[in-house]
Amino acid sequence: MKFNKNLRNIFLILFATLALSACSTAKKSQTTGDVYTGSDTVEYLASGVKDRVFFATNKSSLTSASRETLRKQATYLRKNKKLNVTIEGHADERGTREYNLALGERRANAVKDYLMTYGISGKRISVISYGKERPVNSESTPLAWSQNRRSVTVKVK
Amino acid sequence: MKKVILLFFVYLNLIPNLNALIKVDITRGNLDPLPIAVSPLHVENSSEKLENIDIKKLGINVSAIIEKNFRSTGLFNPLKKEAFVQKPDIAHLKPRFEDWRLIKAQALVTGKLSVKNNKLKVEFRLWDLTASKEMIALSFTTTPSNWRRVAHIISDKIYERLTGEAGYFDTRIIYVAESGPKNQRVKKLAIMDQDGAKTKYLTLGNELVLTPRFNPSNQMVTYLSYFRNLPRVYLLDIETGKQEVVGNFPGMTFAPRFSPDGKKIIMSFAKDGNSDIFTMDLETRVVERITEHSSIDTSPSYSPDGKYICFNSDRSGLQQIYVMKSDGTNVKRITFGKGIYGTPVWSPRGDLIAFTKVRKGRFYIGVMRSDGTGERLLTENFYQEAPSWSPNGRVLVFYRETKSGPQGKGFSAKLWSIDITGYNERRIKTETDASDPSWSSLLSK
Repeated sequence: MKFNKNLRNIFLILFATLALSACSTAKKSQTTGDVYTGSDTVEYLASGVKDRVFFATNKSSLTSASRETLRKQATYLRKNKKLNVTIEGHADERGTREYNLALGERRANAVKDYLMTYGISGKRISVISYGKERPVNSESTPLAWSQNRRSVTVKVK
Repeated sequence: MKKVILLFFVYLNLIPNLNALIKVDITRGNLDPLPIAVSPLHVENSSEKLENIDIKKLGINVSAIIEKNFRSTGLFNPLKKEAFVQKPDIAHLKPRFEDWRLIKAQALVTGKLSVKNNKLKVEFRLWDLTASKEMIALSFTTTPSNWRRVAHIISDKIYERLTGEAGYFDTRIIYVAESGPKNQRVKKLAIMDQDGAKTKYLTLGNELVLTPRFNPSNQMVTYLSYFRNLPRVYLLDIETGKQEVVGNFPGMTFAPRFSPDGKKIIMSFAKDGNSDIFTMDLETRVVERITEHSSIDTSPSYSPDGKYICFNSDRSGLQQIYVMKSDGTNVKRITFGKGIYGTPVWSPRGDLIAFTKVRKGRFYIGVMRSDGTGERLLTENFYQEAPSWSPNGRVLVFYRETKSGPQGKGFSAKLWSIDITGYNERRIKTETDASDPSWSSLLSK
């Protein structure tokens, strides 16, 4: 009896620890605050050059991780002088449509402005806002929303 | 509209009955809807046959539309026809009031129609069964293909007579028809009668279109199109299908609406990450800046007298609703409640502003007075926004989206309506998924 009870407790503790660690690692690797930090939806302009940055809810400020991504994009654009890009600004589905269009435009311009501070000519960069119209993850979850709050740098062909 | 729809009104009884007893109060939620009997309209035997319309069934079809309109208000309870006690033609001449009262009806609609020389003539009477009196009698002459509109106009006349307020049945709704997966949604402009009939698609779905709004005469629509991947405000003539971009802005223009006189379009213009409000005069093409602020200013909507504009701005940090004079001066914030506020729309009566509120991850449609007092939240859901007023300022139409699972499974967007009393929430059926509804004014004023 006593052995059984102990065993059960051990299992319970083990289970709880596993559950907790699973939970915390999931969170840790996906978002900070509510800015997406994972790489599930990310594509690459070139090796090591991520095509997108993510934003907090209702915000258009760049995180330090975003700035690092954009510095790499700037380096890449400096090397490829003939390449023009379009910055797509996107919002999640949790805001009103018209405000989200404005927010997407603001996010796209935050990226454009940062690239310009690294010497990329504004003439090479166009911006477009899709508001909440083009989610990359169609699920209605906080994780999906964090992946959808993004600015994507797209090569102009 | 080139094809002018002629409707001849003839008042059969010019003296309104002032001492009628029945009256429907629409200022509060009506839990006891008025029992009304809508007798099928009698079809005259001498009527000509029509090519696309079954003339024999027309009387029943007209009365069915009237009944459906009444039921949708939540204010009336149309009674079952099986219980009706008199033949339509005889009832129309002289109802046996006591017999109709036996089936608990308080009001009775009777009528007859005929087609001669390819003209449809419809006559109806509204009877107060409690006072045993005729309340109105009217007749209309029009082309037979307009029969649905006649049913809506009759509904409006009866609604007006019983409630003391203008109706909203002879109206249309323009909206965005949606199909396809959530991340590649195909969107088309669509227009339909207020009751969901006669849906017509105005664009093909090749480019993304959003937020259509009628001009005051309901012949033009302004909306946002991503034609050639340049999001700009467009103008569409519904009759001719002619489209043109509004103005020559070096960036995205969005959130358009007409001024109450129909002469200007007010919209947001986004440049370098900042959205401000502008107007463009459709005749002179003169563009005027209305707001100049480093925040997002969008979703502008004029007061019905054109003197004020309500709009959405995040100048305080988060989305709130502001009111200013139409020249952009005297900006005042009017929302101070918990949560964020968007999509303000001024009521056609001028007294209220409808809005979307987001609080703790829930979306509300509400109304408040134009100074921001008297906030009332009418409906709460996972996601809903974009209220648009019925022309009498009593009902709001909006759209609602459902929560979606992996790959967007279970996602839907539908149109709903609710009375400003907070009662009578209803789905408006559409052929496809739908969003961004905009209600027209009355087509026959």
